[in-house]
Amino acid sequence: MNPILRVAGLSVRLGGSHILQGVTFDVAPAGVTALLGRNGAGKTTTLRAILGEVPARGTVEYDGRAVLGRATHRLVRDGLAYVPEDRCVFAGLTVAENLRLAERVPDPDYALVHELFPELKARAAQRAGTLSGGQQQMVAIARVLLNPNRLLLVDEPTKGLAPAVVSAVATVLGRVAARVPVLLVEQNLAVVRKLADDAVVIEAGRVAWRGPADELLGDNETTRSLLGVGRH
Amino acid sequence: MSTVILLTLTGLGLAALYFLIASGLSLVFGLAGVLNFAHGLFLSAGAYATWWAAPHVGLPLAVVLGIVAAAATGALVELVLIRPLYARHTEQVLVTVGLSLAGVALLQSVWGADARVFLRPAWASQVTGILGANVPDDRFLLIGAAVLVLVALLAFLRWTRYGLIIRAGVENRAMVRALGIDVRNAFTLVFAIGGALAGLAGILGGMYFTSISPGQGASLLIFAFIVVVIGGLGSITGSAVAAAGVGLLQQFVNYYGTAGAGDVSVVVLLAAVLLLRPAGVAGKAVTA
Repeated sequence: MNPILRVAGLSVRLGGSHILQGVTFDVAPAGVTALLGRNGAGKTTTLRAILGEVPARGTVEYDGRAVLGRATHRLVRDGLAYVPEDRCVFAGLTVAENLRLAERVPDPDYALVHELFPELKARAAQRAGTLSGGQQQMVAIARVLLNPNRLLLVDEPTKGLAPAVVSAVATVLGRVAARVPVLLVEQNLAVVRKLADDAVVIEAGRVAWRGPADELLGDNETTRSLLGVGRH
Repeated sequence: MSTVILLTLTGLGLAALYFLIASGLSLVFGLAGVLNFAHGLFLSAGAYATWWAAPHVGLPLAVVLGIVAAAATGALVELVLIRPLYARHTEQVLVTVGLSLAGVALLQSVWGADARVFLRPAWASQVTGILGANVPDDRFLLIGAAVLVLVALLAFLRWTRYGLIIRAGVENRAMVRALGIDVRNAFTLVFAIGGALAGLAGILGGMYFTSISPGQGASLLIFAFIVVVIGGLGSITGSAVAAAGVGLLQQFVNYYGTAGAGDVSVVVLLAAVLLLRPAGVAGKAVTA
């Protein structure tokens, strides 16, 4: 099967720093591809470059079409959805307004959103800025689930969340991944182990490893050397 | 007592002008991040278009034409001059300052530097007695227009799709784009709205001062910028509260203090707000 996303030689310079130095990897058209690496390796920049949020060079093919340089909103309308790091909910808007803003189709899938996140229905009139981190993450994920997507870019969805919430978010992502392929940036290896089919490890702006996720996570030495964590 | 009433209503009338200018400035800065020094040009476009058209089509229709001309000027400036410069803030400032100066020069070259007498409805020249104070009716016109605009703006921001986009965009433009929304259309819209409101302020200012001049927009813009900062960037209600504070302070200090003390007191108020509450009255960038 052809990949849904093909990234080749992706290079980004920001403020005089060469953040990405020819990143190359594919995202399978189904399941979860985990994008891993230590802090500052370039994972979030990779997602932002794919989305056109930072100037980049190289090739990004989405569904067979070169898209590097396309406006972010056009890519999103073409089904490339984004759940950013730190949620980025609109704090001054209510939960309902956050969701309404994200609607791109005449019949947004509120049934799915309310099935996965029943709490959001009850908190529709609450300002998103007053929600807990976990609840804000629900809003951030719900925003993209309202619309039909062909690929989700999800950036550290469990960052800063309580263990019980991490588990709930992972479960939801697992269900979402059964419908739409996901490129997942994640530091929590337990979540990666649970969800990911493939893994790409970025180190200092370059791809240091790529292959099946269970192969990476099953190799304690490689995991420890590339990610600085692992079972002892 | 009658003096206090007259000063209060005159101060609120002036505040209405400041609010009409400041609300557009605030939205433009809050959403698009543009410090628009050319905003006074929109005011002049509305005032001069109305002044020019009134003898031909009558005052009511001329007012509509003036507002449309100012809105179109705002939209055109955004599309042609600002849009290519969204990532270049220094150039934005240079372009808007240059446009402001060029606008004044253009008006002077076409209609001269002298003030022009501005038409106003006959009833606006009359006075109404309130608790012994003879209050000119144009104050009520200004205050009424500003209240209507405030309610309409809040309703627009609260209940419409574009209002939602603007409120969200003031918080995080990049995230609005990441939801698949072309935020540039909202930029053009807020420039048009800001232009229309500034144009209305120019027209009402013409009625209040009974004349218009090429430099009127620039002089009112200074106080509007102060109102925006005191009110909180991007906040409409903050602008309304700040405009009332500035207008009243200016009137009372000018009357009870020495000449020019009102303007100085406004600057002192600005400094106090910046020291005690740097984000302004609203405290944070919200639009409703």
